Amino acid sequence: MTPEFGHYALVLALALALIQATVPLWGARTNDAALMSVAGSTALAQFVFVAASFAALTACYVASDFSVLNVFQNSHSAMPLVYKFTSVWGNHEGSMLLWVLILALFGALVALFGANLPASLKANVLAVQAWIACAFYLFILVTSNPFARLAHAPAEGRDLNPILQDIGLAVHPPLLYLGYVGFSISFSFSIAALIDGKIDAAWARWVRPWTLVAWMFLALGIAMGSYWAYYELGWGGWWFWDPVENASLMPWIAGTALLHSAVVMEKRNALKVWTILLAILTFSLSLLGTFLVRSGVLTSVHTFATDPSRGVFILGILVVFIGGGLALYAWRAPALKQGGIFAPISREGALVFNNLFLTAACATVFVGTLYPLALEALSGDKISVGAPFFNLTFGPLFVPLLIAIPFGPLLAWKRGDLLGAGQRLIAAVALGIVALAATLAIQRGGPVLAPFGIGLAVYVMVGALIDPVERTGLFRVPFATALARARGLPRSAWGTAVAHFAAGMLLFGVIAESQWNAERIVSMKPGDTVSVRGYDLTLDGLLPRPGPNYRELVARFTVRQGGAVVDVLEPSKRTFPQRQMSTTEAALLTRGASQLYLSLGEVGPDGAIAVRLYHKPMVLLIWLGAVVMVLGGALSLSDRRLRVGAPKPARKAALQPAE
Amino acid sequence: MTRKQRRLTLIGAGLGVLGLAAGLVLYALNDAIVFFNSPTDVLEKNVAPGARIRLGGLVKPGTLTRGDNLNVRFEVTDGNKSVLVTHVGILPDLFREGQGVVTEGALEPGGTFKAETVLAKHDETYMPKEVADALKKQGHWKTEGGYGLAGPSKGAAK
Repeated sequence: MTPEFGHYALVLALALALIQATVPLWGARTNDAALMSVAGSTALAQFVFVAASFAALTACYVASDFSVLNVFQNSHSAMPLVYKFTSVWGNHEGSMLLWVLILALFGALVALFGANLPASLKANVLAVQAWIACAFYLFILVTSNPFARLAHAPAEGRDLNPILQDIGLAVHPPLLYLGYVGFSISFSFSIAALIDGKIDAAWARWVRPWTLVAWMFLALGIAMGSYWAYYELGWGGWWFWDPVENASLMPWIAGTALLHSAVVMEKRNALKVWTILLAILTFSLSLLGTFLVRSGVLTSVHTFATDPSRGVFILGILVVFIGGGLALYAWRAPALKQGGIFAPISREGALVFNNLFLTAACATVFVGTLYPLALEALSGDKISVGAPFFNLTFGPLFVPLLIAIPFGPLLAWKRGDLLGAGQRLIAAVALGIVALAATLAIQRGGPVLAPFGIGLAVYVMVGALIDPVERTGLFRVPFATALARARGLPRSAWGTAVAHFAAGMLLFGVIAESQWNAERIVSMKPGDTVSVRGYDLTLDGLLPRPGPNYRELVARFTVRQGGAVVDVLEPSKRTFPQRQMSTTEAALLTRGASQLYLSLGEVGPDGAIAVRLYHKPMVLLIWLGAVVMVLGGALSLSDRRLRVGAPKPARKAALQPAE
Repeated sequence: MTRKQRRLTLIGAGLGVLGLAAGLVLYALNDAIVFFNSPTDVLEKNVAPGARIRLGGLVKPGTLTRGDNLNVRFEVTDGNKSVLVTHVGILPDLFREGQGVVTEGALEPGGTFKAETVLAKHDETYMPKEVADALKKQGHWKTEGGYGLAGPSKGAAK
């Protein structure tokens, strides 16, 4: 019964979405308040039905109901309970259900918290949301029904792919989808504004928190995915420039640009047409990501079996929404009123600079990801575009952007003073040069790139703090006064400083890990010792150990530093009999922000085991940087002006400095 | 500055950055991409020794030998021709004889292929697309039962 219930709830959600996609739109055209208000209630009801459908699938997984094809293919009765929950979205059908669940969640949130939106805008936004929802409900029901039954229920399931049997699966996909799908809100707002033909600073103020939320989740999702790949795949790499990774990076970069251009629109009523375009492009890239991941047109180390009919269906969705969105844009955008003007050297100018470089960097990732596909279609040659390509293109484009980061917040709106900003940044430049020289001195003849990268990272970090330090008068006035002023600063200013600081942290981690990573690959017998950067690891022995649905071979290592025992590490290899697969469980030893990384290979004919050992300096800064960046986003989100939102007269807003 | 001049500055800057990006992309596309070859391609196209390429196909059953110090040798075949591959290091978890594999490296003057990386696949039902195409070209593509049956999705896998 449960699967049929879930299936039926999904069909009802589609029916509700069809109503929500049409009636409010008609209401907005005829200015009929009753018809427009249909949008809110259908959005909430839709969410309830999708949630019920999702709960039904989850119940099937928890109960190990192998009469459901999807459960049979991706679950096993002996699997730990937490993986029974997470394997709901550890497969194509279930993850699409999670996709629409999150889409419906965002729709419901707009319905709940959009009370201060003008009625027609709210109706249009929710109607556009429902179009997207309809397309994906149809996609699930027609090509990827998660509730399909098997005529004869097998006694045991085929187990979840062992690589996915990890806590990473609980965290990464939901976060990523919250990001991907969250951008649908900015898309819907843009399309609604184009339909209305009206757009102003208040619009930007409504859109910005939604964009910020999506951006934060996407950042966390990408970072968690990267950390998961780092410890689970056993190669010690955290970013592979794999098409699937690029597919999530592109909307994030475009979303970063969107956040910044929306600031200009909100404060200065300029860049409107550009902001709308960016919002459409950002969600288009999210859809493109879904297409690339779901259709399997690209070869990726993450590619699993795929079904071409799904690819064609998603391609259809892609063409309709991206093509339709851009066509509507081309038709209606010229009608939007031009905004204010500004000098090239100004806060607006700096944000435009940011947008130019971010979109150019995004474009290079786009080319690198899709070029192999185009080339194969045109010439039949098969190529792979990997890290060297992206290091040569993406890297150089980010350098000017990073140099410019500290300047942005120091420039005034309308007309800024570049020289003045430069003078205020002297401390940052000086510390950056000190860091560069210190790195040169310490590493003596190491990689050339490292000192410059570290210097730039320190400059960005210090530079990000200059604005709050100056505004609070820290080091100039008594500490208590500075603290009081710090509380008085708008949270969005803190958010900016923290997020920019985090960009420096991330860069520091990336440079340190990529330039100073030490690697040893050796074959070891019990009693052997391998050393890296002052750590001596002795293999004490190999022991087999049973797990719930796997067997594992554990290697026990004692880690010593200068003769003293630091820790014991137990990397292992797991074999999952159901799927005839094995996975490598790396062991990590964290010391400060650096890590020792130990993983196992095969046991050779002579009884020796292959061991891969890395020392990764400052590697944790990569993910900590992402987390701190998200904290910056959260601070900015808590800014009072975004909560008060809505079109208050400028004078009144000015009287309410954030707490 | 008038509105027109400002707009021109903006457009100029935009074109400048896009031009820079395009230049970098073109340079990198000349320099930093790797072509995929099947064993037949390698032998027929006379790929120059030392050029960085990808070689993909099936691991020929019975050819995998493990030497000392993590040296491994195996043959990659597309059913028509096969190429001997040497590699030093740890093979991925799902490396199996008779299964698809993609390796990246360069040909040595003697005609063996020295692989720097051997790429993993993440699922037992998955075959790298290039390998599948290369096998189809040689007429060795078998659609056995279970192949292409929905495995775990890769989006969730990442």
